[in-house]
Amino acid sequence: MTVLSDIGHLLLTADLWHAALAAAVLLLLPALGGVISERSGVVNIAMEGMMLTGAFFAVAADLILHDPWLSALVAMVAGGLMALIHAVVSIRFRADQIVSGIAINIFATGITVFLINRFYGLQDVGHLPPSELLPNLQIPLLDQIPFLGRVLFQQNVIVYVALILLLLVHVLLFRTRLGLRIRAVGEHPEAADTAGINVYRLRYGAVISSGLLSGLSGAFLAIGISNTFVPNMTDGRGYIALAAMIFGKWTPFGAFIACLIFGLGQAIYDNNSIIHVSQYLLSMLPYILTLVVLAGVVGRSQPPAADGIPYAPGTE
Amino acid sequence: MTEQPQDEAPLAVEMRQIVKAWPGVVANDHVDFEVRQGEIHALVGENGAGKSTLMNVLYGLLQPDSGEIRVRGRPVRLHGPRDAIAQGIGMVHQHFMLIPVFTTGENIMLGREPVRPGGFYDHARAGQEIAALARRYGLALDPNARMGDLPVGLQQRAEIVKVLYRGAEILILDEPTGVLTPQESAELFGVLRDLVKSGKTIIFISHKLKEVLEVSDRITVMRRGRVVGHLLTRKTSEAEIARQMVGRDVLLRVDLKPARPGPVALAVEGLGANSDRGVPALRGVSLEVRRGEILGIAGVEGNGQSELMEVLAGTRRPTAGRIRLGDRDITALDAAAIRTAGIAHIPEDRRGAGLILNYSVAGNLILGHQRDGSFAWRQFVLRLRAILEWARRLIGEFDIRTPTPQTPARSLSGGNQQKIIVARELGARPTVLLAAQPTRGVDIGAIEFIHRRIVAERDGGAAVLLVSAELDEIRSLSDRIAVIYEGRIVSIESGDAPEDRLGLLMTGGSAR
Repeated sequence: MTVLSDIGHLLLTADLWHAALAAAVLLLLPALGGVISERSGVVNIAMEGMMLTGAFFAVAADLILHDPWLSALVAMVAGGLMALIHAVVSIRFRADQIVSGIAINIFATGITVFLINRFYGLQDVGHLPPSELLPNLQIPLLDQIPFLGRVLFQQNVIVYVALILLLLVHVLLFRTRLGLRIRAVGEHPEAADTAGINVYRLRYGAVISSGLLSGLSGAFLAIGISNTFVPNMTDGRGYIALAAMIFGKWTPFGAFIACLIFGLGQAIYDNNSIIHVSQYLLSMLPYILTLVVLAGVVGRSQPPAADGIPYAPGTE
Repeated sequence: MTEQPQDEAPLAVEMRQIVKAWPGVVANDHVDFEVRQGEIHALVGENGAGKSTLMNVLYGLLQPDSGEIRVRGRPVRLHGPRDAIAQGIGMVHQHFMLIPVFTTGENIMLGREPVRPGGFYDHARAGQEIAALARRYGLALDPNARMGDLPVGLQQRAEIVKVLYRGAEILILDEPTGVLTPQESAELFGVLRDLVKSGKTIIFISHKLKEVLEVSDRITVMRRGRVVGHLLTRKTSEAEIARQMVGRDVLLRVDLKPARPGPVALAVEGLGANSDRGVPALRGVSLEVRRGEILGIAGVEGNGQSELMEVLAGTRRPTAGRIRLGDRDITALDAAAIRTAGIAHIPEDRRGAGLILNYSVAGNLILGHQRDGSFAWRQFVLRLRAILEWARRLIGEFDIRTPTPQTPARSLSGGNQQKIIVARELGARPTVLLAAQPTRGVDIGAIEFIHRRIVAERDGGAAVLLVSAELDEIRSLSDRIAVIYEGRIVSIESGDAPEDRLGLLMTGGSAR
């Protein structure tokens, strides 16, 4: 019972929720990317690889440029390029999108390790000084609110960016013409095509957006939360983001709630020193949550009708 | 029928010497096709005659290899649907181009959405646009209804409004009545006549001759990629059109010798079952089918006939009632045991439940018999030579047009796919034959053949239960007709019951 009361105490601390929100945002960015990609009809399990690539290039760029903002941009471009591979393979060549996604994830692990060895030898990549990391931002006055101030208004700049993006993606998908068309392409590409909508262009755009967002998340991980790159540092977060997207029924806010739950699991694990249970057990928490969720605690959720089906015009 | 358009009415569409070839097939072989302004022009032909190819060329979905297209006298190049739409050509596809999870308004507006500054979708204006169209053409629709919740007739109406919203003057309708009930079809024809009155031109693709005669002004007949006839509707007949379509005389009516009913083969008592959505679809169905007779089930689709056939075939669990085959209670048997007991089933979903499309013709011909001693050693190792021999026999006997027995079923035409199922099911010499929509989407020639085989089964002493959406088919084949409505048999009629009486019963009216 001490374990439960330990966790209970932990849940009352603002620091835990602060960490949970940061961990949630790390998942939210790729999850939003996944929502956009899959709403357009392209299954995307490659967020893990795009995130990892983003993380590596963020550190590599920062070591050269000494500018976290430019480095974050480089990370986004790197993620976007990985996404472009997925897009070309699955849209242009109509390959199996799961296989393409797995290939990209494996490729990302390989290429980052290869580049480390090539450019940094057997030493580690190198650590960045705090001044060259993505900064924390204290919102004046608001950060003085007890409890909530610590949780919400003393976060890394990327957290605020991600929360704004959450709102933007929601509005884009469900309130704008562009969003209507993205969803149309993901539900019934023939209908969109015959209505004069360019199916390929929208799908390319959506998949590449998922790469940009995942790359940004990689940058947040490597030069926001951490200060260096280590092989496979994303540690399955791209997959957890995928689970969050499904848990959230392919909606931005649904995915966000899922990310918060997973982020809380992560934060509890990170505070394992004050919980009297094996840290290895605790380390499984986010993953167990993922499995439980995928096994259908939320009920069967319905993906977009044409999700994962390549579009070839005139095949009726 | 609308007034005949003046013969000198200007041409709306003129297609000259259109050629479109795929490797191995010439889908359109120097086709000439013209439509006058303000007419309903029917384009008829069997599956694969090239109608859809020709219309896809006109809608810009396909590029012709050669040939010329003129719209209202002016030569045009159509590189995509956008170009066709710009020329005032609209198409209502056979498979609706609608998104079930979108609202009616979103579906209609898609591709030409009204927006507020900033790219925001303008719900209010979408509603106004649809209301305006509704007033102008008398086609009322609720813009906020979810498309997937609407009945098929209203979905089609949305498709038509979608085309009108894009400013179409020339409307192409590809097999528009395929999914409609008789009432919805009649309503559609009314809409088409109104549209023509307001100046639109309509091209109507169909292979249902009765409809073509009912609604069109002129008819173009295609066969094997060529235009083989131009007919004036008021001067032609079903037999004439059928002859041109098939290239020989076709028996449109089946020659039925009087039935000699034997003992009851299949008896159903108080049968209940749920639909896929878990709501009751059958509410106490009782009926008997005798050996040597065909019992037709007439009903508007969705009144339980599909579920009835599935329960009898063992692919759906009943919630109440008993089924007897002769003296034997087979209510609890599964599909394999029911098949072994002597019930054969031609399922309505040919491609989903009747065939494994990627399997060979031969493989499909033994589905359900794959454990029989003659096809498998110890139910385990297939006897390939015996299977091939069996397949060759059935392919010959049922005139299945396939290059080889090893050809995948997917590459055969719909009619020949259906013949595989019919051959397999009848090849087992069943006591009871369940035939659900046995000729749906099948060419006239193949329809004639399948009908003859079903009747031959009856004359050979089998009990036949026939479900069809085509009232004509029910009436021409059945010895008795059971009318199903909302999961109940509301009446059992004689085989020659008049059509309007059946129509009334099918829609829940009492025919007293």
